[in-house]
Amino acid sequence: MYLYDELDRTLVGERVAEFRGQVARRLSGELTEDEFKPLRLMNGVYLQLHAYMLRIAIPYGTLSSAQLRMLAHVARRYDRGYGHFTTRQNIQYHWIKLAELPDAVADLAGVGMHGMQTSGNNVRNITTDQWAGVAPDEIEDPRIWAEVIRQHVTLHPEFSFMPRKFKIAVGTSRHDRAALRIHDMALRMHRNGDGETGFEVMVGGGLGRTPYLAKTIKPFLPKRDVLSYVEAVLRTYNQFGRRDNIYKARIKILVHELGAEGFAKEVDAEWLSIKDGALALDDEVVAEIASRFRYPAYARLEDNPPEFSAARRADRRFDAWVGNSVANHKMPGYAIVTLSLKPEGGTPGDVTAEQMDAIADLADRYSFGEIRVGHEQNLALPHVAQHDLPALWRALDAIGVATANVNLITDIIACPGLDYCSLANARSIPIAQEITRRFHNLDLARDVGRLHINISGCINACGHHHVGHIGILGVEKNGEEFYQITLGGKADENATLGALIGPAVPYAQVADVVEDIAAAYIELRERPDELFIDTVKRTGVEPFRERVYATR
Amino acid sequence: MTSPLQQKLKIVGPVVVTANRLADGAVVYRGEHGWTTRLDGAAVATSPAIAQDLLAAANADGLHAVDAYVAPVQLAEDGGVRPGNLRERIRSFGPTIDLPLHALRVKADHVSVR
Repeated sequence: MYLYDELDRTLVGERVAEFRGQVARRLSGELTEDEFKPLRLMNGVYLQLHAYMLRIAIPYGTLSSAQLRMLAHVARRYDRGYGHFTTRQNIQYHWIKLAELPDAVADLAGVGMHGMQTSGNNVRNITTDQWAGVAPDEIEDPRIWAEVIRQHVTLHPEFSFMPRKFKIAVGTSRHDRAALRIHDMALRMHRNGDGETGFEVMVGGGLGRTPYLAKTIKPFLPKRDVLSYVEAVLRTYNQFGRRDNIYKARIKILVHELGAEGFAKEVDAEWLSIKDGALALDDEVVAEIASRFRYPAYARLEDNPPEFSAARRADRRFDAWVGNSVANHKMPGYAIVTLSLKPEGGTPGDVTAEQMDAIADLADRYSFGEIRVGHEQNLALPHVAQHDLPALWRALDAIGVATANVNLITDIIACPGLDYCSLANARSIPIAQEITRRFHNLDLARDVGRLHINISGCINACGHHHVGHIGILGVEKNGEEFYQITLGGKADENATLGALIGPAVPYAQVADVVEDIAAAYIELRERPDELFIDTVKRTGVEPFRERVYATR
Repeated sequence: MTSPLQQKLKIVGPVVVTANRLADGAVVYRGEHGWTTRLDGAAVATSPAIAQDLLAAANADGLHAVDAYVAPVQLAEDGGVRPGNLRERIRSFGPTIDLPLHALRVKADHVSVR
């Protein structure tokens, strides 16, 4: 956990008081909607189809049990008893009342949470690997670097009115679990030939109507230069990014138009003038920030304790869950446990207040009071002793978050779509729900194997459909919902954009199409362990296209 | 330059003026005497001029509702007013899915972790 200091608490407290006054003035008519809208957006408050929506940042996806209990309280007291975890390590409440918002944000501020910079043309919540600090393949804890940047860009006046929003992700592991290349800017830690650690800097990624993968503009950036280089990138974007056309305002368009080399040249010109100034990072500054992250006092344990191994042998369901949802931890005798928020027929990423409270209790009992939020819309308990896994599994199963479908075809990433969102053209959630029903048999889902489905209800691509192994994009045609299908996308260290397989299909046929694609894959794969994504890469989309459209 | 309010509305078929209530964001419709949460209580316009007047009145009342716009409706044989497209159906009747509390509470009731 990261411990916020007095400065953080003061800043958030002042914002709550300011927002309370703004809401009061809006409700009294002193502020018009045109005046109020930018103010509410600065606090993460949107107006959607049926109600206001409040988006709260979960920096680098780390939550304490106290924070999760507060999220449950807000869901229960101010919303309809649930929250929705998004693809950017945020939580959204979809039924918030404007008049009650000041009290809700005041309660959240009590545990150091807020909605600042979860909307608007600023640097949004900085995301990382949800396994930060515990992944065996990690070089350093990426949250330290995310926090260094967060402190610099929070309420930074120069970066509060950029051409468009700006999303940064940080990764420090061999495997990319933070979808780095689809971000406006991403930092990937690695070691250079001399064994020094630094960052590969990528810019210009993003999905939406013009999808691009981020391009590397600095193969190796020393750690001391992280802040000055981020500043130089932001300044370059602020200066040259387009403000005349919202569809061309993201940094990806600028990087595309200048070319990665051209953009890097502009950044370097700016960077050289500031790199040795106030933004050069002293080791002491980084050490001070690192010292505010608290790590558990792990016990000395052995891997695979007898009671754990015996439970695996005794219970097939438990064994299957361990095989699917439990990952190796950097400490012997511990494990990382993913909690699936994708039950059969459920809404991806939704959690009830009761579930949140129960998970917070389980985190206290089994995970040193810590919970993680991943961009795949699942949660994780990051520090579970392996001998506790049988008891934890029974408790998680009882509250419906132990479906052993992590990374399988029913572990679907989906935006809220037209059921909530005013930008959407089509529904996402019922499509996801129907697919989970078709593949509810976990033996079938396991046979299909690792397969990521991503669904977006409009071209803005909050469901990251371009990087789904199967991507599903809702569009509207003559008042009806249709869905474009892409294949072959992925968001990991080998990120790829999916390819469209043919004409959009109507709402009622989408789950059938997914079944056809899964059946085609099973026929096409060369061996049972050839993953879906590898089969698509080997064969291209043509055999899938033939299968899908043969009878349509 | 013509302001958006002065621009001619193009409508095909009956329409209503709808918005979100300021205090809680609830879907509201412009009736003869102000706002209502019931689509049946909405004033239905079948000509651009009447729709324009309704929209102007709605926009003039920025204290009770926000983001007013003209939405299509269908008139049922019984005289009732129905939403004219899927987006408006969802706004009128709510999400097309069960909310999670409804779906999961039964299972969560059995939790005992303390």
